[in-house]
Amino acid sequence: MSALLEADALHLRFGAVRALDDVAVSIWPGEVVAIVGESGSGKSTLLRVLSGQVAPDAGGVRYAGAEVHALGEAQRRRLMCTDWGYVHQNARDGLRMGVSAGGNIGERLMAAGTRHYGAIRDAAAEWMVKVELDPARMDDRPGMFSGGMQQRLQIARCLVTQPKLVFMDEPTGGLDVSVQARLLDLLRRLVGELGLAAFFLTHDIAAARLLAHRILVMRHGRVVEEGLADRVLDDPRHPYTQLLVSSVLAA
Amino acid sequence: MSALLAVEGLGKDFTLHLQGGVTLAVLRGVSFTLHAGECVALTGPSGAGKSTLMRCLQGNYGADAGRILVRHRGAMVDLAAADARAVREVRAETLGYVSQFLRAIPRVPAIELVMAEGVGREEARGLLLRLNLPERLHGLPPATFSGGEQQRVNLARGFARPRPLMLLDEPTASLDAANRAVVVQLIHEAKARGCGIIGIFHDAGVRDAVADRLFPVLPLEATEAA
Repeated sequence: MSALLEADALHLRFGAVRALDDVAVSIWPGEVVAIVGESGSGKSTLLRVLSGQVAPDAGGVRYAGAEVHALGEAQRRRLMCTDWGYVHQNARDGLRMGVSAGGNIGERLMAAGTRHYGAIRDAAAEWMVKVELDPARMDDRPGMFSGGMQQRLQIARCLVTQPKLVFMDEPTGGLDVSVQARLLDLLRRLVGELGLAAFFLTHDIAAARLLAHRILVMRHGRVVEEGLADRVLDDPRHPYTQLLVSSVLAA
Repeated sequence: MSALLAVEGLGKDFTLHLQGGVTLAVLRGVSFTLHAGECVALTGPSGAGKSTLMRCLQGNYGADAGRILVRHRGAMVDLAAADARAVREVRAETLGYVSQFLRAIPRVPAIELVMAEGVGREEARGLLLRLNLPERLHGLPPATFSGGEQQRVNLARGFARPRPLMLLDEPTASLDAANRAVVVQLIHEAKARGCGIIGIFHDAGVRDAVADRLFPVLPLEATEAA
């Protein structure tokens, strides 16, 4: 077995700001890697570079033997709708608000090559159930759903094509705490059942502990600490990680 | 016969960057071995580092010196140097851990926590009943259970599929006499199957019933003075 995606020596500057400063990352099949750090730490930039949306100034990202940033736009789009999934923090960025819930899920299947209308509708209904949405609401538009429901719909849209690797940008950000817990539990279950590899951006330490196998701590564009999730949280070495862990209020 | 576990010169420090970078030395030169079917009890005063040692052995704490050699898939793997993926693999197949606290996962019922160890519903049910967890609780998430009930879910999970090497951190801390007896029995059964066990047993009765040897963990000042 080998790494699914590997990146090394990533550098990216925005003017005087080092958004990425010599970052190396890898992820293996079935592995969930949480990237934690405060706003401005470079974690969102890292996710965009890993998923091929933003090119680094230096360094490369390899997926399944291919250099991601050397792919043409069509090949990259193809990868995005077959092998990869991307869950945006704001569900509205990942959904088409003018299309029904079922259509949102089915559309991605069609983009990945499925043509049979009945099969698409069946898959959409099945995925609505998997993310705990009522399939009877398949024809409702996403705008009629609550924030947490929209986020679950986005997850269904993302996972219906059974991607191998999912990029999640603070998927529980901006949701009520009770809604977050439900979404996290759902993600934990789906990731386990589907054997997904996932990058998961969060500033929520408890969420990282629940979902991730491995944690990367970022600060000022650098990975300051990484390792086994429970070890990074229970035996943090870097001053910044110690600060992060000690700042959490125990409920 | 070769050891299940060989600890060689294990050292562990904590550097507290938020407290001016003070370094606490907790473990120095800890060495011992464990063989199949054997139970070693860690002893020593509170604060001596028993739990720290246990967490190092589990890979939860990183060791700063020495080696932790675990027999995994027929070869000795050094957990002190293993990467995250290797530690996960060793934990999944070889190294079990039962702590006194259950980290509850929202919405997951007790019986499914046990089944997640790879046993069927009937087997999980049987184990929970054996640990005197009433059936009406099996389908509920343990977040609202009492300390003793949570600990019994934890024990059921730990013993559902005992690994060849088991670490038990105060497994009977919040249990009554009847449940302590069940745990003693489970430990005897695991030993009879060839499991090696390292435990911290607060309860002297339990310790005397299961331990073949004691391994004293002494506070560092005492070690240095000796």
